[in-house]
Amino acid sequence: MLERGLAAIRGTGHRVVNAIWRMGYASRFFFAVLTHSGMSFRRFYLTVKEIYFAGVLSLIIILVSGLFVGMVLGLQGYETLQKYGSESALGTLVALSLVRELGPVLAALLFASRAGSAITAEIGLMKATEQITAMEMMAVNPIARVVAPRFWGGVISMPLLAAMFSAMGVFGGYLVGVVMIGVDDGQFWSQMQSAVDFRRDVLNGVIKSGVFGVAVTAIALFEGYDAPPTAEGVSRATTRTVVTSSLAVLVLDFLLTAFMFRGI
Amino acid sequence: MPSENLVEIRDLNFTYDVRPVLQGINMDIPRGKVVAIMGLSGCGKTTLLRLIGGQLKPSQGAAKVAGQTVHELDSDALYRMRRRMGMLFQFGALFTDISVFDNVAFQMREHTDLPESLIRDLVLLKLEAVGLRGAHDLMPAELSGGMARRVALARAIALDPMLIMYDEPFAGLDTISLGVIGNLIRHLNDALGATSIVVTHDIQESLKIVDYVYFMSEGRVIAQGTPAEIRAVDTGFVRQFVHGEIDGPMPFHYPGATYAADLALEAVHA
Repeated sequence: MLERGLAAIRGTGHRVVNAIWRMGYASRFFFAVLTHSGMSFRRFYLTVKEIYFAGVLSLIIILVSGLFVGMVLGLQGYETLQKYGSESALGTLVALSLVRELGPVLAALLFASRAGSAITAEIGLMKATEQITAMEMMAVNPIARVVAPRFWGGVISMPLLAAMFSAMGVFGGYLVGVVMIGVDDGQFWSQMQSAVDFRRDVLNGVIKSGVFGVAVTAIALFEGYDAPPTAEGVSRATTRTVVTSSLAVLVLDFLLTAFMFRGI
Repeated sequence: MPSENLVEIRDLNFTYDVRPVLQGINMDIPRGKVVAIMGLSGCGKTTLLRLIGGQLKPSQGAAKVAGQTVHELDSDALYRMRRRMGMLFQFGALFTDISVFDNVAFQMREHTDLPESLIRDLVLLKLEAVGLRGAHDLMPAELSGGMARRVALARAIALDPMLIMYDEPFAGLDTISLGVIGNLIRHLNDALGATSIVVTHDIQESLKIVDYVYFMSEGRVIAQGTPAEIRAVDTGFVRQFVHGEIDGPMPFHYPGATYAADLALEAVHA
């Protein structure tokens, strides 16, 4: 009995120490990525290539999702607003929901599952097939050559993807609200224009998506770099990337919203 | 006057967690020679290669390359030294997202400012040396195991290294590819004036091409000599290894409880 209790305490201690150690390792990794970022900008084509893989190839899922989310917002928003006779505010509702929250958050979640998992799997497999070690033996720093360009590729892509998600969503809301249901065209756009503030809404949305980009890409890269070099190790790391970065996006969103819109 | 040994290993110990992997290793790798390090899988051969390349730090002792103690170098000096080393990994470790040509050109583009036209000539020269000039447009996934190993060899010699290290170059190859890789190791070493270390458990193929052999078992050097001397050894582990005998000093059975005890037969008899 005592033995079992001690084992449980030891196990808990071991897990806590392990988690703290891993956080320290992740912080050092993140710091190393930042200090080795010079090459990503000196040889910008390396970063452009990663923007293509992380950003351009994620466009289809981002645009289609944005369109449908906007269309659903149009339908649901109209249902509620017409009860109070204020269906002319549909444009405002759609735009604010997308620019402030849904655009950055949903685009980041989609980015984590589409690009984040791909980054983890790629780096993990490069490690498992000794490509990372081979690069080190060729006197090329893999953090500078492989990791940092992917990091900046993700960080640059994320706000652009979120902006496109929001723009597509507004278009979806317009399709449903104005074209299908018949809300007044002029009111839809003019109310949106007067209600959406550039600094308070648009800029805050961009800042949010920038933070999400840093979080998702850093988590994906760390999980890939830290993955045990086996098939099972890479598959677990890929799953962890999606789970951890999705949770990180939602928690960060709450914190950022609290600071940005409540001023606490 | 440079030492006649390019690599000198003195009293090298390496411990992984608490498990000793290498114990008191002493080796000399003379300049211009091809030296094999042989032993069973898991005897510490690859670890030794990683210590020479500076990927691991020894617990005690030192590996010196060209007079410099590898584990005492800072990262800049270590990277400078690695530019003069080539390493062939067990399964090639080619970069799978770029072509054969770009793989061989990788180091040239990273470490030199050579114009692209000159890089093209150099890459084709290296690929010609391994017989794969015609395959320069292929992607690594389109190559057979033997071809991938040859491309990796061309990549390893891209910057004309002073030391070439081979980690199990013969593993998983058919007999023709075995001969091809074996010949290339010897000829490239002599043509480049380099020094080669071949870590392998393929005794027959390597004895044909090397100048000297170190035998390792359980983290220690247990025998050494020229191929002729090794072939002449008629006792113990070396004989078992050279002749591929199933039982000998290295037992067929993994240590454990007796067979009868595992089947609970002793209890029945009692």
